[in-house]
Formats: sequence, C-alpha cells, structure tokens
Amino acid sequence: MTNPGGRHCIACGIDADVELSIDGHVGYYCGGMNKKAQITVLGNAGPGVAENIMSGTVRVTGNASQYAGASGRGGTVIIEGDASARCGISMKGVDIVVAGSVGHMSAFLAQKGRLVICGDAGDFLGDSIYEACIFVRGKVGELGADCIEKEMTAEHAEGLRQLLAASGIDANADEFRRYGSARKLYNFDIDHADEY
Amino acid sequence: MCGIVGIYLKNQGLNPELGGLLAAMLVEMSDRGPDSAGIALYRDPVPDSSCKLTLYAAYRYDWDALRAEMAVQLGADVKLHIHASHAVVIVTTRVAPVQDWLRTEHPELRIMSAGSAIEIYKEKGQPREFVREFSLHELNGSHALGHTRMATESAVTTEHSHPFSTGMDLCLVHNGSLSNHNRLRQKLRNEGVDIQTDNDSEVAAGYLMWRLREGDSLEDALERALNDLDGFYTFAIGTKDGFAVLRDPIACKPAVMAETDDWVAMSSEFRAIAQLPGVENAAIWEPSPATVYTWGQ
Repeated sequence: MTNPGGRHCIACGIDADVELSIDGHVGYYCGGMNKKAQITVLGNAGPGVAENIMSGTVRVTGNASQYAGASGRGGTVIIEGDASARCGISMKGVDIVVAGSVGHMSAFLAQKGRLVICGDAGDFLGDSIYEACIFVRGKVGELGADCIEKEMTAEHAEGLRQLLAASGIDANADEFRRYGSARKLYNFDIDHADEY
Repeated sequence: MCGIVGIYLKNQGLNPELGGLLAAMLVEMSDRGPDSAGIALYRDPVPDSSCKLTLYAAYRYDWDALRAEMAVQLGADVKLHIHASHAVVIVTTRVAPVQDWLRTEHPELRIMSAGSAIEIYKEKGQPREFVREFSLHELNGSHALGHTRMATESAVTTEHSHPFSTGMDLCLVHNGSLSNHNRLRQKLRNEGVDIQTDNDSEVAAGYLMWRLREGDSLEDALERALNDLDGFYTFAIGTKDGFAVLRDPIACKPAVMAETDDWVAMSSEFRAIAQLPGVENAAIWEPSPATVYTWGQ
C-alpha cells in the first residue's frame, strides 16, 4: 500500500497469513486485531498501532505514538524507532520490542507478555502490572505502583535473546534488566491496604 | 473530541498560501469536530498607532452604518472588511477606547479578537462549510491556528466555539476537557477577568489573560496552568509572533508536530499535517507532556 497519508484504521482485522507493506505514515490503530498477517509500516504509526493483536507481526520502521500494542493478546509488535506514552498498556500476551525508548506509563496494567525496551523508559513504568515481563536496557524513570526490578534468570535471558533475534533487533540480552510485579497490589492483603 | 491545527510559515514566500494550507488541515480534522470551526489568522499587521478588531454579528448586520458611526464617534479613520458573519475593523487609534465604545454602544456585537495582526473567525457548522463561507483559500498571513469542535462540556453555539481570545493578539484553542472550570471561572471573575460563556476552554483562555495581566511571561503562565488547571488538554496558543503548545502532564490528548525549512505545523492528528507541501521531508515528533513549546520570531 502506498500513500497512507496518516489515515486511521488501516489493515485492521486481517485474518490471513499474508504480508502487507505500507509505504508511509499511518494514523490510529493500524494493524489492529491482527491475526496471522505480517504487516510492516515504512514510516511512523499513530496511536494504538496493533492494538488487540492476536497473532502475526506488526513492524514499524519509524516511531509509534501512544498506546502501541494496547491490549495485545499474541503475536509480536516491533517498533524500530521510539514508542510514546502507555506502550503496551493492558497487554495480554503480546510481545512488544522497541529498539528506541518508550514514554511514560508504559506497560500500565500489563497482564501477560513481554515488553522489551532497548532505550529508556519514561516515568511510571509498569504501574499496576500483573504478570507481564518488562526488559529495559537503558534508564528507567520513576517506577509505577507495585513495579520493581527483578532478577534476570537464565530462562528470562534466553527467552529475551530469542525474541530480539526473531525481531531482527541487534541488542545484547545480557545488557537488559528485568522489571515486574511485586504482587502486592493485585493480591489484596490487608497489611498492604495503605499502598492503595 | 475536537481537533486542533496550527501552522507557522518560516518561508514568508508562502504567506499568500496560508489560508489554503490552513483550510486543508482544518477540513481533515472534521471527524474530530463536526459541530463548529474557528480560526485565528495573523495577517496584515497594522501600525502601532492603529488597532484591528474582529467583530461578530449573530444576524444580518449593517456594517457600513457601523463603520461610519465609528469614524465619527471615535474621531478616527475606520476601515472595515466583511467576512461572512464577521467584520474586521481597523481603526487609527488605540484599542481601549474602541473596545469600550463598542461594549457600550453596540453590545449586540461580539468582539472576537483585538490586536494588531490577529483575526478570529468562528462559526457553527461543518469545517468544510466554514472554509467556503469565509473564503479561507483567499486569505494570506504569517501564521494561524484552527479548531474543529465536538462539544462536550457546553452547548454548540458560535460563542462557544474556539479560538478564544485571551488578550491583544493572543488566542487559545483546546482539545480536551477541564474539570475545575466552574470554580476557576468564579475565581477569575473575582479577579476582574471578563468571562462570557460557560465554556471550559474560555476559562483556560481567561486564566492565561489573568496571568499575563499579572506580569507573567507566556511561558510562566503556561507553567502555572499545569498546576492550576485540572483536566486533560492539548492547548495551542497563538501569539503575535508565533504559537505555543502545551499538553497536560498525562498527555491524555494527542498532539503531533512537524517541521520543514518552510513551516512548523501542529495538529491533533498527523493526517492533517499530511496535507502540507514538503511533508515527506518533515521532521515529525510528539511534544512531551507538561512541557511548554514556543515557536516564532
């Protein structure tokens, strides 16, 4: 596809193993609800790229605007530039790999899946996170509620190595740190009531 | 929901095309704002000894009679240009006596803007209609802001449309919704700020006017606004020399910026900027939340 002109909802709801290349910048929700397709945006993507992705791949060669990969359930989202605020919000199984940095409140309420950030993460990373894993190579601002740094196990590192390779992102998995849930917020315990 | 557009021409050779460029961006934002449209154009600045006002009449008006009356009563030279339901008056005096006179003698007219370069036009209806009615393609200028409205907090009327003028050559457009506008309106009225509608965006404009009146720079006033305004917003503020952009600390509302050698543009959505010539070579980025950006001479 040529000349997308920043239009919204391009290539939403594809349910087939096809390859689609979009030459230019897209608007909101490009590749939303994607199943099986391999979509590449040769440019920037507006808010909500690949939101609710079920499977397949959505790649953005430029930058992505807010809430990239929101509520994604599967597949892989690759942002070769930077992503903006709320990257991976409410992710439910998708893997998101960002070669650059992400904005504030990324992985907000992230339930499942992996968010990989080769650059820096803005403030409030992983606020109210459930069981998603966040890997960051660069700097992290203020962490969100109940998000803490966790041990990078061999298993996590190997998984990250494979994900980076599969995404075509040249980064050394050993340089990343892992962040995740302290599990105090989503498991209510009366002793932690003052954390609410 | 609302859509905002703004364009500042770095290449003054493009000044004759400002209206056409703005029109393309504005119409592209129709989906975000089908209720009303409004623009602030900065064009044909008048000398320091004169002033320019934009006036609005809610019904068919005898502008010629007004012009003649103004010339006599104000003892000045008055030029008047009609643009649909609005008229631009240029008077060879300071602005204060003109405003006072209009408010006393012609309260049926609404003063949309005052300054030396600014002209504000706004009207109910589809942006496409607005562009046609005001012959936007024929208008030149150095920079402009535009707004398409989807009313959420107050009624759809011309008076509730944006831009709101915050003072001489100043205006504001807003995408978002303020939650403390009622209390703030009260406070501003107590400070002597004239706020005419129940529109939340007008409160933001009034707040800026108050801070500027108190001696803040525009940047300082916008920094204070981050603390005093509660709600979500992307603001674009027009000044005589350029424009400013501010997003709330959570960046709830979208904003995209783009720059080439010829222009700096701002919009709620990239597809409005995609209309501009040379966009394929533009640097494109999003302004950061809670950060004041200014462009201009």
